[in-house]
Amino acid sequence: MASRVPCPHCGLRPKEEFTIKGAALPRPAPDAGEAAWIEYVYLRENPRGAYDEFWHHTSGCRRWLVVSRNTLTHDVYGARDVALGGETQP
Amino acid sequence: MRYSALSLLLNGLTGNRNWAPAWREPEPKSHYDVVIVGGGGHGLATAYYLAKVFGVRNVAVLEKGYLGSGNIGRNTTIIRSNYLLPGNNPFYELSMKLWEGLEQDFNFNAMVSQRGVLNLYHSDAQQDAYTRRGNAMRLHGVDAELLDREAVRAKLPFLDFDNARFPIQGGLLQRRGGTVRHDAVAWGYARGADSHGVDVIQHCEVTGIRREGGRAVGVETTRGFIGCNKLALAAAGHSSQVAAMAGLKLPLESHVLQAFVSEGLKPFIDCVVTFGAGHFYVSQSDKGGLVFGGDIDGYNSYAQRGNLATVEHVAEAGKAMIPALSRVRVLRSWGGVMDMSMDGSPIIDRVHLDNLYLNSGWCYGGFKATPASGYCFAHLIARDEPHETAREMRLDRFARGYLIDEKGQGAQPNLH
Repeated sequence: MASRVPCPHCGLRPKEEFTIKGAALPRPAPDAGEAAWIEYVYLRENPRGAYDEFWHHTSGCRRWLVVSRNTLTHDVYGARDVALGGETQP
Repeated sequence: MRYSALSLLLNGLTGNRNWAPAWREPEPKSHYDVVIVGGGGHGLATAYYLAKVFGVRNVAVLEKGYLGSGNIGRNTTIIRSNYLLPGNNPFYELSMKLWEGLEQDFNFNAMVSQRGVLNLYHSDAQQDAYTRRGNAMRLHGVDAELLDREAVRAKLPFLDFDNARFPIQGGLLQRRGGTVRHDAVAWGYARGADSHGVDVIQHCEVTGIRREGGRAVGVETTRGFIGCNKLALAAAGHSSQVAAMAGLKLPLESHVLQAFVSEGLKPFIDCVVTFGAGHFYVSQSDKGGLVFGGDIDGYNSYAQRGNLATVEHVAEAGKAMIPALSRVRVLRSWGGVMDMSMDGSPIIDRVHLDNLYLNSGWCYGGFKATPASGYCFAHLIARDEPHETAREMRLDRFARGYLIDEKGQGAQPNLH
């Protein structure tokens, strides 16, 4: 894992400041049906390569981010605020 | 060639020039009854029991690297069956019983050492939880003993009993738990499977699964197409990639888990001991090195290497449990890619194609399960019905709501 994450609010910060939640998946509508919810809760593409993941900047701005990175090389491509957008690259 | 004291003596007297290779290096045939994808511990054990117990001998095991290059050679060698839930406990106890007879069974010295596994507890609440787990184990016929603080002190006097934050109150001991030499498990199963006619094919990566009319008819590999009647997947951390070749999306994430070994020390720790207040566990190898590990790094990874922050965390937890570790030098560290399932428990099931079988989701508990995983998977492949100890390890348990959530964490693979 690259050791620094480009937080759109705080700049390049050490990854130890963050809490990792997991795959950044779109949440289904409440009435989307059982199959959609089972897929959302349990099933994962689990890619070997590019991957979008929810990270919380726990020891910084406390904003939820989507961090884009590579699960094989550990390169970090960029990060954006979940609600505000604003992609930043390292 | 059967290994024995006599064969050792005779080969020694003839200058060790007449040992036969432990297994053949066959060219892949065009078709097998069963093709197993993944030549790790579980794949090799599956082939061994298929051929030896279930009489299915026309079997190939396809391994993309060399034998022992994956998690079978990267774990911390611990075996135990101290599980709480009825979906898990009989399965891991079957594994323990198979470990106990394994070396005689496959005629290979795997250095099975039942030196005991001790889980420390640090609070009244944790004592209650461990008492419950110990009682559940005994109800399933598994040995468990609750040790108080003084009994633990008599066994391991160098622990930090009066740690200000996490004082040690006692521990749950499974005396039949212990360690096994992990490379020898891979070699023993490979040799055993080979001697029963199984083709163990190394450096043969599966690149595709050919399907016809709802059946898997074979696999595309870097060494050509190989046909099969039944296809079994045991690809551990790369299960998602192999299953995707058959159009299947799994409830798995792949995470990196690190392990460490120290410089050789004089005899120091004569059992496996785990810290109850953080993720740290340690045993001492026969060469004297302390073999230890901690938690997964917490992010999806296929890199087989970890992060320094986790190294520091493991070292801190270790020092909180054994202050003397502060002077010990670490010799090396490494990482393995774990197939972390959504409830922390494995999957042994026949899946959406008629003749496709799946073995995955071992999280970081795959090594201890190797014999039972192979036995139960072979049972399923040969008879098309689950072994009685593995019948809850179904893929559809997530959709049906019958999770085996040993840790009680829910669908959070980075917490299991």
